[in-house]
Amino acid sequence: MTASKASDALHLQTLTELARGLAGGEFSSRELTESLLERIDAHQKSLNAFITLTADEALAEADLADKNRATGAGGPLQGLPIVHKDLFCTAGVRTTCGSKILQDFVSPYDATVVARLKSAGAIMLGKTNMDEFAMGSSNETSFFGAVTNPWDQKMSPGGSSGGSAAAVAARLVPAATGTDTGGSIRQPAALTGTVGLKPTYGRVSRFGMVAFASSLDQAGVITRSAEDAALLLNAMAGVDPRDSTSADQPIPDYTATLSDSVKGLRIGVVRQHFDEGLDDECGKTVKTALAALEDAGASLVDVDLPNIGLSVPTYYVVAPAECSSNLSRFDGVRFGHRADNVKDLFDLYCRSRGEGFGAEVKRRIMTGTYVLSAGYYDAYYLKAQKVRQLISRDFNQAFEKVDVIAGPTAPTTAFRLGEKTDDPITMYLNDIYTIGANLAGLPGISVPCGLVKKMPVGLQLVGPAFAEASLLSCAHQYQQITDWHRQAPEAFR
Amino acid sequence: MHKTACIITAAKFVGYLVRLEIPDRPVSLTKEQVQHIAILARLQLEDDEFEDVVSKLSKIVDFVDQLQAAPTENVVPMAHPLNMSLRLRADDITEADNRDRYQENAPSVESGYYLVPRVIE
Repeated sequence: MTASKASDALHLQTLTELARGLAGGEFSSRELTESLLERIDAHQKSLNAFITLTADEALAEADLADKNRATGAGGPLQGLPIVHKDLFCTAGVRTTCGSKILQDFVSPYDATVVARLKSAGAIMLGKTNMDEFAMGSSNETSFFGAVTNPWDQKMSPGGSSGGSAAAVAARLVPAATGTDTGGSIRQPAALTGTVGLKPTYGRVSRFGMVAFASSLDQAGVITRSAEDAALLLNAMAGVDPRDSTSADQPIPDYTATLSDSVKGLRIGVVRQHFDEGLDDECGKTVKTALAALEDAGASLVDVDLPNIGLSVPTYYVVAPAECSSNLSRFDGVRFGHRADNVKDLFDLYCRSRGEGFGAEVKRRIMTGTYVLSAGYYDAYYLKAQKVRQLISRDFNQAFEKVDVIAGPTAPTTAFRLGEKTDDPITMYLNDIYTIGANLAGLPGISVPCGLVKKMPVGLQLVGPAFAEASLLSCAHQYQQITDWHRQAPEAFR
Repeated sequence: MHKTACIITAAKFVGYLVRLEIPDRPVSLTKEQVQHIAILARLQLEDDEFEDVVSKLSKIVDFVDQLQAAPTENVVPMAHPLNMSLRLRADDITEADNRDRYQENAPSVESGYYLVPRVIE
């Protein structure tokens, strides 16, 4: 076991440790940025974690951060390098969303998440690869090619935030943003041995995120420790006048409660999450993690989510329905790819979209169009929204008995690239444990909790709405008694 | 091709509205249905991708069809993931006019308008 510590090489340090190092003058932001850019450069070809790199801008910002530090100015993330999933709009830097249709799109403004992290002092090194429009669980639907898993490069890093997860796991960057519509932060975090936090629906503004499914999408982070996730959430969370669904709720200091003990914490273990479908070894690994939390003073309580088995089919009605509506904006007229030599307006729409979207995105648009079409709306869309209510109710009832719900993040460790691309349903079932939190709008976190055949396993914690602080402190306490989050893939130490 | 500047509104462009036939279950889709859906979605499918779309879309529709068995009498459909209502805001102008900057991303513009093929003869 190789555990890193603050005296380690810069790339092995967490964001929190790097912040201390910068504050103590051990190294400059320029030195840090240069060393990480070199690492990215050395590994980009084999990992393909990035779609766009912004080295020059990053170095200029690093110099500015160093100057600010000398005069005592600057925010809590002053001079710390991060990367953004290429779904967040960044003014002046292209935002592709992993799609051909947006391959040349340059946003005129920053997403609120990008703006807030920037004003807290963070430096963007680049934009990470992802499944096209965040529709995928393996990063293989990206127009820019699949990302490889740093733990075994024949394997998928998961998705859709696969580039963010791979970059953090490979120690190219200490932290990355991601988005989670059905598990797109937590599942790749689990498959790459990183921490993935999806906040409550509305906790973080969605303004400037390319919309996929507006009632499910939420921005979050992929880091190497729960402590780092808390640090970033502090900067990202909060109401935004530009997103009417952002929640006007008080924001605690998430770093202040990390040291809260798990003594007396009631952890719900969902019976249905350990049924068939879960790999035996992964199940054992997760149970060992739960036992460690129990030893630390938490109590384990069995809970039922009777309708959770319907979460994947519910999601595959609701998400495609919203996707078909959201993606109608890509019309070849105002932005994005436009087909050549079109006959008329109808031809322009159909061919620009036909050429610009990849196969999975087309399937989702068409599924959504079908379930919303005349004669089918009640049978599919309305029905799914009712089942969604049942799933949400199940969670609320469970939270009357417990403080958090824990279980596996994904049914298996990382799968081979190409293994599941032929069958959409097999791919969709990867998100069987994560989708429930999106349907019910709840916060969830995946924390590395062991290795099976040298591949990482994730422990998922889900909490009541706006209970990110208890998820983060529980995860942080787990990371005080274990060091799975300190383990780096062999080729990237 | 000669292009005419015009402002597109949804009301002006009615398009090709097609009503789908409601089939008996099982719901696997026919080629004709998939073609209709593609038209509704404004997606041109190439011949070589069409069969794959029909088979995979059928699998997806069959998969989500298991929802039909769930008992949902008297359940209110979810309209917000946390069952909250949305805030209203004052109807004030808060954004500046950035038309020129926004149009930098457009494939074809003229005098501040988006250009599309002629739609009015």
